[in-house]
Amino acid sequence: MAKAPAKKATTEPAKSNRERPSEPERYKASKEELLEFYKQMLLIRRFEEKAGQLYGLGFIGGFCHLYIGQEAVAVGLQSGLDGDKDSVITGYRDHGHMLAYGIDPKVIMAELTGRGAGISRGKGGSMHMFSTEKKFYGGHGIVGAQVSLGTGLAFAHKYREDGGVAMAYFGDGAANQGQVYESFNMAELWKLPIIYVIENNQYAMGTSVNRASSEDQLYKRGESFRIPGIQVDGMDVLACRGAAEEALAWVRAGKGPIILEMKTYRYRGHSMSDPAKYRSREEVQAVRDKSDPIEAVKRELEAMGVKEDDLKPLEQEIRKIVNESADFAESTPEPDPAELYTDVLVESY
Amino acid sequence: MAIELKMPALSPTMEEGTLAKWLVKEGDFVKSGDILAEIETDKATMEFEAVDEGTIASILVAEGTDNVKVGTVIAMVAGEGEDASSPAPAPAAEAPAQEQKAGESEAPAPKKAESGTQQLASSKASTVSDPAIPEGTEMVKTTVREALRDAMAEEMRADDRIFVMGEEVAEYQGAYKVTQGLLDEFGPKRVIDTPITEYGFAGIGTGAAMGGLRPIVEFMTFNFAMQAIDHIINSAAKTNYMSGGQMRCPIVFRGPNGAASRVGAQHSQNYAPWYASVPGLIVIAPYDAADAKGLLKAAIRSEDPVVFLENELLYGRSFDVPRLDDHVLPIGKARIVRAGKDVTLVSYSIGVGVSLEAAETLAGEGIDCEVIDLRTLRPLDTATVLESLKKTNRLVVVEEGWPTCSIASEITAVVMEQGFDDLDAPVLRVTNEDVPLPYAANLEKLALIDAAKVVATVKKIA
Repeated sequence: MAKAPAKKATTEPAKSNRERPSEPERYKASKEELLEFYKQMLLIRRFEEKAGQLYGLGFIGGFCHLYIGQEAVAVGLQSGLDGDKDSVITGYRDHGHMLAYGIDPKVIMAELTGRGAGISRGKGGSMHMFSTEKKFYGGHGIVGAQVSLGTGLAFAHKYREDGGVAMAYFGDGAANQGQVYESFNMAELWKLPIIYVIENNQYAMGTSVNRASSEDQLYKRGESFRIPGIQVDGMDVLACRGAAEEALAWVRAGKGPIILEMKTYRYRGHSMSDPAKYRSREEVQAVRDKSDPIEAVKRELEAMGVKEDDLKPLEQEIRKIVNESADFAESTPEPDPAELYTDVLVESY
Repeated sequence: MAIELKMPALSPTMEEGTLAKWLVKEGDFVKSGDILAEIETDKATMEFEAVDEGTIASILVAEGTDNVKVGTVIAMVAGEGEDASSPAPAPAAEAPAQEQKAGESEAPAPKKAESGTQQLASSKASTVSDPAIPEGTEMVKTTVREALRDAMAEEMRADDRIFVMGEEVAEYQGAYKVTQGLLDEFGPKRVIDTPITEYGFAGIGTGAAMGGLRPIVEFMTFNFAMQAIDHIINSAAKTNYMSGGQMRCPIVFRGPNGAASRVGAQHSQNYAPWYASVPGLIVIAPYDAADAKGLLKAAIRSEDPVVFLENELLYGRSFDVPRLDDHVLPIGKARIVRAGKDVTLVSYSIGVGVSLEAAETLAGEGIDCEVIDLRTLRPLDTATVLESLKKTNRLVVVEEGWPTCSIASEITAVVMEQGFDDLDAPVLRVTNEDVPLPYAANLEKLALIDAAKVVATVKKIA
C-alpha cells in the first residue's frame, strides 16, 4: 500500500504574525565611505598582526585574542552608530571594536604591553580596556558578562530617555551562557534599546558551534523571548552596515531588542597560545582565499575605479600608524609602582 | 468539644501580629477554606483560613488588636451538635498582654517550633550614644525595616538616578517589606520587579551603574546572590581598577544575610567574610536602625560598589533613630557601643546584640566589657579595635558566622600583627559551629552563637 503523501503544511513551522524586521539590504556606500571602511579594517588587521608579533617577542603577556578575519563586523556595525549617544560593550576580543570606534592605537598598544600610558594605565591588559569618553564600556574577561552589562547600559539609555542604543557583542561560545537568556528575557520584557551582536566565528576556543550548540542557527536564539534575529554575512562590511541600519531602525522605534548573528571567521587561534589542533590549515586557508573581508572591499573599490596603486599611500599610512603605536608601546615606561594602590576605590574612607 | 482558633505563625520569624479584620461574626457557619480573618504581620497582611467546620461560637480577640502573640486563642468554633451560644470558657479569653505573661510562667504553652535564632534576637540597644548625632536630637523608635526604607526613599527623592530593582520589590511591597511604599511614591520606572534571575539582574544593575545610573539591587537574601556573585566581584568590584579609574560603578547590593529562623543550610549563611575579602568593594553590616539608615544613605551616595548586609531577624526590631533631615554616617568607622575597661568584644550585625547581652551579664559578675560594632567590614576600622585593646588588653570576637576564614580570623590576625604588645591573653573567637546550619530546633540552637557562649569565653581570659 502506497504511503499517503506527507502534507507539506505540517512540515513547515507556523508563520508568526508578530512584526518582524525586514531583511536588511546591503549598504550602498559611496567611494569615500568604502575607502574609510577599507582603512579601518586594514588598521585593525595590521594592528593585530603587530600585536601578535609583539606577543611573540615577549612584549605582550598573558592572554591576547586577535580579531583578524572578523574586521568587517566591528567596522560595518559601528559605522552605523551615533557616537554621541550610543554605547558599545564587548568581551575580551576587543581591540578591533576599539579601533573601529576611533580610539588611539597608541594607548591600546601601550595597554597591551602593560605600560603606564595604556588606556587602563597598564592595569587592565588586552581583555580589560575601556573608554567612557567614547562610550566604549569594555573589554570584559568573563564570557557572557558583557551581555548582562550591556543590557544594563540599554536600561540606562531608556531610563534617561537619551535616545541611545547599546550594542553588546558576544561570541558563539558566550551564546550558550545562562545569563545571556536571563538578559534576553528582561530586555524584551522592558523593551530595552539593545542590539545583541553574536559574532559567530565558528569556534568557542576549540569547540565548533556544532559541537556546542543544539541550535546552531544562533540568530534564532531569541525566539522564545520574542526577540527577532537576523543572520548576516559577517565577512561583508556592507552587509554588516546594512544589518546595522535595519537593527537600529527597529530598536530606535522602541520595538525592543534585536539579535544579529554575524557569520564570520577568525584566522588566528583563540588566543596566542592556541594549539590549532581542532581545525585544518586548509580550512583556514580556504576562508582567507575565498572570503577575506578586506580583499572583498578591495575588489569593490576596484569596481568603483580605485586602482591597487591608489591604495598604496593609504596602506603605507596605516603601517606608519601601527609601527608608531608599537614603538610607543615598547618605549613608554611601565606604570609607577605607586599605581599599584590607586583606583581600587574611588573615594577615601 | 469546641475548637480553639489560635493566632497562627505566618512566617518563620513571626512572634506576634495584628488581628486586622474579622471576616466572620459570631453565629456564622464556616467550613474549611473559608477566610476567617486578615492578620497583619510585620511583613504582610495575610488571610487566615478555617480548617474545621462549625459555627463561630465566640470571637475572643477584637479586630484591630495589635501585638497578638502567636498561639493566643482568638475565637472558638462549635462543632456539629454543640451549643454555639454558650462556649466553654476559654483560658485564652484574657487580654493578649496577660497571655504573654502566662506564657512566660508555667502555663502549658503549645509546643512551638522553636528556633535557635531566638537566642540571637536580643533587642539590646547601645549604651553609648553615637558621637555623630548632635546632643539633644529627638529620637524616634523605628524598626530596622523602616529605617532602611526611609534611607532609600530620602535618597531617591534627592537624586533621580537612583532606582531599586529586585524580586518582589514593587507590587508585593518587598519580600521582607523593606521596600514597602516605594512603588507608590516613585512609580514603576524607579521601583522595578525583576524575574527570578539573580545573575541577570545583578549584571543589568551593574551595567546601568557603569552607564551613569545609581542602582540599588535587592537580593531577596544574600544566599541567592551567589548566583550573581560573578557580577558583584568580577564586574562591579574590579572594573574601576582594571580601567585605570575610568569606569565607576556606584551600585548598592543589599538584602538580608546570615541565619534566619529554621530555614536550613541553603538559606542561612553569613557572606560577610566572602565579600569583605574583595578589594574594590565596600562591605557594610549594620546592627541597629540608626546605623541601618545612616549607613545605607552613605552607601547609596558612595561612588564605589557597596555590599550592604542586612539581617532578617533584626528587621522587626525597633531602635532609636535620630530625627534629622539628613542622617548620614561615615563608611569605614566602627563605633564603641558600650564602654568598658576589662575586655573588648568586637562584633557586627546581629552579633552586636549578643555581645551587649553578654556584657550585661558579665557586668553583674564584675567584668566590664567594651563592645565595638565594626559596622563597616571593608574597609575595616582597625584603629578603633587596636585603641580599645590598648585599654583592655583582652579581646574576643563575636560573629554569627562560620569560624574558618572569618571576620573573626581577620581581626585576630590584625591584632597579632599590630597589637601584639597590648595583649595579656590570646584573642578568642565566639562563632557559629563549623557545620551547615541544621533545621532541627535543638541543633540549630547548638550551632548558633548566644550570649552564654560569649560569657563563658570571656571568663576564660578575664
